[in-house]
Amino acid sequence: MTSAPVLALRGVSKRFGAVQALTDVELEVHAGEVVALVGDNGAGKSTLVKTIAGVHPIDEGEIEWEGTPVSIQRPQDAQQLGVATVYQDLALCDNLDVVGNLFLGRELKRRGTLDEVAMEQKARELLDTLSIRIPSVRIPIAGLSGGQRQVVAIARSLIGEPKVVILDEPTAALGVEQTAQVLDLVERLRERNLGVILISHNMADVRAVADTVAVLRLGRNNGSFPVQETTQETIIAAITGATENAVTRRQARTAEAAK
Amino acid sequence: MSNDTKTPATPAPESPAVDPRLLQREAGLQGYVNEFVRKVRGGELGSLPVIIGLIVIWAVFSLNDGKFFAPSTAEFVAYYMVGVGLLSIGLVFVLLLGEIDLSVGSVSGLAAAFFAVISVNDGLNPWLAVLLTLAGGALVGALQGWVFAKIGVPAFVVTLSGFLAWQGVMLWLLGSTGTINLPDTGLIHFLSGNSYFLGGDISGAYILAALAVASLAVGSFLEQGRRRKAGVPFRATGEIVLRSVLLAIGAFGVAYVLNQASGVPNAAVLFLALLIIADFVLRRTAYGRKIFAVGGNIEASRRAGISVSAIRISVYAISGAFAALGGLAIAAETGAAGQAGSDPNNLMMAIAAAVIGGTSLFGGRGRVWSALLGMLVISSIQSGLYMLGLNLDIQYMIMGVVLLAAVVVDSLSRRTQKSSGRG
Repeated sequence: MTSAPVLALRGVSKRFGAVQALTDVELEVHAGEVVALVGDNGAGKSTLVKTIAGVHPIDEGEIEWEGTPVSIQRPQDAQQLGVATVYQDLALCDNLDVVGNLFLGRELKRRGTLDEVAMEQKARELLDTLSIRIPSVRIPIAGLSGGQRQVVAIARSLIGEPKVVILDEPTAALGVEQTAQVLDLVERLRERNLGVILISHNMADVRAVADTVAVLRLGRNNGSFPVQETTQETIIAAITGATENAVTRRQARTAEAAK
Repeated sequence: MSNDTKTPATPAPESPAVDPRLLQREAGLQGYVNEFVRKVRGGELGSLPVIIGLIVIWAVFSLNDGKFFAPSTAEFVAYYMVGVGLLSIGLVFVLLLGEIDLSVGSVSGLAAAFFAVISVNDGLNPWLAVLLTLAGGALVGALQGWVFAKIGVPAFVVTLSGFLAWQGVMLWLLGSTGTINLPDTGLIHFLSGNSYFLGGDISGAYILAALAVASLAVGSFLEQGRRRKAGVPFRATGEIVLRSVLLAIGAFGVAYVLNQASGVPNAAVLFLALLIIADFVLRRTAYGRKIFAVGGNIEASRRAGISVSAIRISVYAISGAFAALGGLAIAAETGAAGQAGSDPNNLMMAIAAAVIGGTSLFGGRGRVWSALLGMLVISSIQSGLYMLGLNLDIQYMIMGVVLLAAVVVDSLSRRTQKSSGRG
């Protein structure tokens, strides 16, 4: 991972009225890397993701795409660059079948009419390469389980051939088996050389699939750790700010006084 | 939860392996029977309740009145279902969005009055007048759709005020006379009760039936070929043949019966043609897919880049245009545009037809064919009760019960679908 990151945030700040939501945030995502973005409630994870997805344009700082600075003002800008976002509410149409949902808004056409055959063929190919198993691509979303819906939503984000996929709490409401399915899928995204930003509260998930953990605390970077060499306690300490308390502050003070 | 969540799924089998839970049809006839039973058990009834209902209705009436099964009854049903049926097609579009259009009855009356004024009183070319009327209907619908989509007034209220206001405009247009007779020319002649396909020639009905069967068979085989080439599941040849044979029995049967009377009314031909076009738009075009998507999940549609307001406005415009055409057909039945043109019963029957035919009131589920099936039920009951000499009071009571029964079947099947994970 020595090449330039696909996506990099340099000193990004975002303010909503009186609230400074993000301050000088740095984040790098390389191709084929899973970056877990963790932090307590209100740490700025969602805001950060929304700045990348183009929902909220940034106030200060720079977003770099494959080494060159870009401006993301609208969701369309992000989509054109190749950022796909899967939000927590999956936004699938219950009444449409899997193929219809995968291609919603990007239907393949043949002489002005829907090309169901080509769409079904592509959908099967995509689901096969991701080893997603669902009863049938012609089943309405209403007939799928929560985990199956989540993998369909993730697969749907891949139709536009993105380079970075942002997953917002993909395992939040899932059972053990379904969580495993989704985590498998995340690994497969990495194998396809995509950059993945995974927002999660679940340390087990993060440790299972992420390469790097980026911790946000109160809108600032609070450390970025390679997962392999970091203990869970260190990460949790960074999330909760346990590294910064009365005891550590006193140590710092005495160390300074000693100088 | 332990730290190694991913271990249980790591020994994943080679990718294309067939999931044991996969829904697969066994080969042969037994497979079809099993799948049919499974679908019915799961609450996926499709058109089955309506068809059973139709058979029951026909059986009851023919037991009570031996003359019910007569070509003239079929002729009556085939002709008088068209006017309200056209309103119903437009309503199916609106219902698919999960909305309602209460103004279609008034718009149809207004359209007939408008047409009468510009073509009879002002002497405009009748065909030009038809075009203006349809455009006017679409404009009225678009206006209501705009108030709903852009200002955010609930569709129920917008179209309820339309229901009142357009009726007022119609009465104002008709003036003190209250009725304007329409000359039996142009589209009005085409839609009137004495205009038949190919002049009522025996071959006419059979040509239509042959066309329908041939297009189904050819279309299915072409699709089968493409799917086979693309390596995706396709309909078995036996199934296509079976479907074509069933359609052939139905189509040629109807053609034979109608030929016993005077042939196929042109109005019914127009109705069928528009049903086919509307079905094509809804199922085979990106626009139709967007209508279903908006009816299913507005937020998902918006995120997929669909302009929800544009879809809403255009759907109300379609509903308005169909209402205008329906109004012309209803006026052609009597040969005059009168105050009865905006009869609220037409509105209620049109909604009832769509719902009886199986289109959900909650949006996202339904087909335009429900307009046809529902109208067959309603017209059969109407003509049967009429032949039995029952009064309007009984007719309305029976109609109400049938509508309720249809909605009950819909709700029950939805519940079964939910419990078997197909809702």
